[in-house]
Amino acid sequence: MATKILTEHINVPGIETFDVYRKQGGYTAVEKALKTMTPESIVEEVKKAGVRGRGGAGFPMGMKWSFLAKPEGVPRYLVCNADESEPGTFKDHYLMKNIPHLLIEGMIISSFALGANTSFIYVRGELMYVIHILEKAIAEAKAKGFLGKNILGSGYDLELVVQPGGGAYICGEETALLESLEGKRGNPRNKPPFPAVKGLYQSPTVVNNVESIATTAWIVNNGGEAYAGIGIGRSTGTKLISASGHINKPGVYEIELGVPVEDFIYADEWCGGIRPGHKFKALVAGGSSVPILPANLALTLANGEKRLMSYESLSDGGFATGTMLGSGGFILFDETSCIVRNTWNFSRFYHHESCGQCSPCREGTGWMEKVLHRIEYGHGHQQDIDLLVDVAKKIEGNTICPLGDAAAWPVASAIRHFRDEFQWHIDHPAEATQPGAVYRGEMALV
Amino acid sequence: MEDVKPQLLKVTIDGIEVEVEPGTTILQAARKIGPAVAPPAMCYYQPLKGSGGKCRACLVRVAAGSAKDPRPMPKLVASCLTAVQDGMVVENETSPQVIDARNGVVEFLLLNHPLDCPVCDQAGECDLQNFAFDHGKSTTRYEEDRRTFEKKDIGPYIQLHMTRCILCYRCVYTADQITNKRVHGVLGRGDASEIGTYIEKAIDNDFSGNVIDVCPVGALTDKTYRFKNRVWFSKPVDAHRDCPTCSGKVTLWYRGEDVIRVTARKNEWGEVLEFICNTCRFDMKKTSDWTIEGPTKISRSSVISANKYRADTIKPSFGQRLAAAEYKQIHDERDTSQLDIKQLAPERFAKVLPSAMEPEP
Repeated sequence: MATKILTEHINVPGIETFDVYRKQGGYTAVEKALKTMTPESIVEEVKKAGVRGRGGAGFPMGMKWSFLAKPEGVPRYLVCNADESEPGTFKDHYLMKNIPHLLIEGMIISSFALGANTSFIYVRGELMYVIHILEKAIAEAKAKGFLGKNILGSGYDLELVVQPGGGAYICGEETALLESLEGKRGNPRNKPPFPAVKGLYQSPTVVNNVESIATTAWIVNNGGEAYAGIGIGRSTGTKLISASGHINKPGVYEIELGVPVEDFIYADEWCGGIRPGHKFKALVAGGSSVPILPANLALTLANGEKRLMSYESLSDGGFATGTMLGSGGFILFDETSCIVRNTWNFSRFYHHESCGQCSPCREGTGWMEKVLHRIEYGHGHQQDIDLLVDVAKKIEGNTICPLGDAAAWPVASAIRHFRDEFQWHIDHPAEATQPGAVYRGEMALV
Repeated sequence: MEDVKPQLLKVTIDGIEVEVEPGTTILQAARKIGPAVAPPAMCYYQPLKGSGGKCRACLVRVAAGSAKDPRPMPKLVASCLTAVQDGMVVENETSPQVIDARNGVVEFLLLNHPLDCPVCDQAGECDLQNFAFDHGKSTTRYEEDRRTFEKKDIGPYIQLHMTRCILCYRCVYTADQITNKRVHGVLGRGDASEIGTYIEKAIDNDFSGNVIDVCPVGALTDKTYRFKNRVWFSKPVDAHRDCPTCSGKVTLWYRGEDVIRVTARKNEWGEVLEFICNTCRFDMKKTSDWTIEGPTKISRSSVISANKYRADTIKPSFGQRLAAAEYKQIHDERDTSQLDIKQLAPERFAKVLPSAMEPEP
């Protein structure tokens, strides 16, 4: 049985209430941290654990914490990014809905480690019922003395604020999130200065994903080295994967990093294989913004080794033959899916969600969507494929925030790996626009 | 007694070294060298706090971060917001990557721009027009419908023509920072975002007219001046008056004997440093209202001094001139003056055309 750090008790009835959670060993980490540890030693443990940001970028969490500026007399803030809106990702939602106290416990420990006395959980506005669950859990924790003034007699004060977002994907970008939290329009800020120096209300701020913060409870209980012992190489610990698409058992799975992609897809413990009678065509491994991979490259590296579910292995080969672990939005496509249509769909999402602040993203996302729409509906021109590649190239890296990259990568990678399919749509518009028509030409199906 | 001066930082931009004070941005350092190497700026406006970083026209490549850490920066950076470090090496128009990115930015900005320059009041003093002449193409690859907006009335003095807007946010910052009550901002998201007042309120305050001057395109124009004139037919003259609300220092635009327009004074980068009030701008249109100081200094390359709009008054960009010089060098070996330029700054040419660095037979 694989180690479960976050979801071990998730199926216990009533785990969303304080009493049941406490009975399962909850809040012992808070007691340990506040009574026996110093903030510095917690940061040290998290560094040792080598947890990498679970929101998508995979930046080491301990390192992010140690960058936090600590000027005298200026408040510091911890903000939990629960604005999970990447298509294909639904792990934070699952965690907060089922086991809200785990996040609250993590928030207390992390806030204590960073010296924050007010911390925020920014939840996307569509998840109103999750916000109610969190608020109820916070009220319970407060009643039991785990939040508020002088927690457990340690002299440490903490207030937790749950803030519903307005429902914009861009507010999941950390600086846009901070702007939104301040009550402004959710436009990403120019960096530098980074939030660790000037974040929320111009004060040093750390923004972490729900899953990252939730792991701190286990790390405090069991030590950073124990955490680093799980996983493979620099991809330590476990990761929640939101599996969806043409698999037998879609859902959220907690895996130890380093499981082979093939096992993850076909093992009964996880996805349970591809739906009967169909073949594996393509994989989006980490949420809609990471490059899409054809089946053969998804299962094996360019050098023939098995591809593993880890930060390094998934990005092996760069963007030519690799992808990214991202936020763990695992979307699998079988041979009945049209890659052009899917790319158009992703592109439509980014067009809709671009904040409109900087020109390459504002204009480029709309342009790509329109060209893809044209190809999908049988009005494509021969030069359109190269046009898409060029537009994607001109957006990538030239924008304020990573949304530009996120919009460009799926398009560029779909063309890189499935160019024939795009070409077929352009060459045979009558055939391609039939309902349910899919390219059946030569390609690597597994 | 010696004055304690802050340590000056050395920056190299396009092979030209300059010393600037700490905290200066790359764009400001480049402007200190001169217009030839200054990156274009569509949204950055020095007097407005918080402006910049949006249009991505001023992207530059940092080939060496600083003397201490000479690694190049991984991405192109917005020069208007990036502070210089000692020993930084910046490539502006000598980097093909930068030129490529800027060509892209022009293309993106023009995608939904109506290109109605022939009837636009801003033509001739339009930042987008200049930028497009430097980096744009004469054709477009965009074949879908352009985005359009319904016209909104925002008061008796200012015409908002949202279709032309490039969303630089300058007017929003102006309204925010120089007037007491901001009534306009950006509504909507993505390519549907628009400048507007909530809800269709008229803009009414003494300094609202300044948004016309800061607008880099013809999205905000003067209603008292609309369609009356082409800018290159008028003569700018500096003048002042005793104004109880503002500095009263303005530029009068004459056509014949008549003042047809009053604007604030712009510096050589097209930025207004002293904002003027609406009374000066819209109501004082007689010569007798003003004390004349003398003709405004206008760059010789401007269409305003040429008195007509001709393509050859547009100066080719630094990169184009370098490339042209290089082209000439290859094809005319007798041209010794070009040879001199090459010897002066061989590394600059290397960026434009690497083959030029090979020894000649």
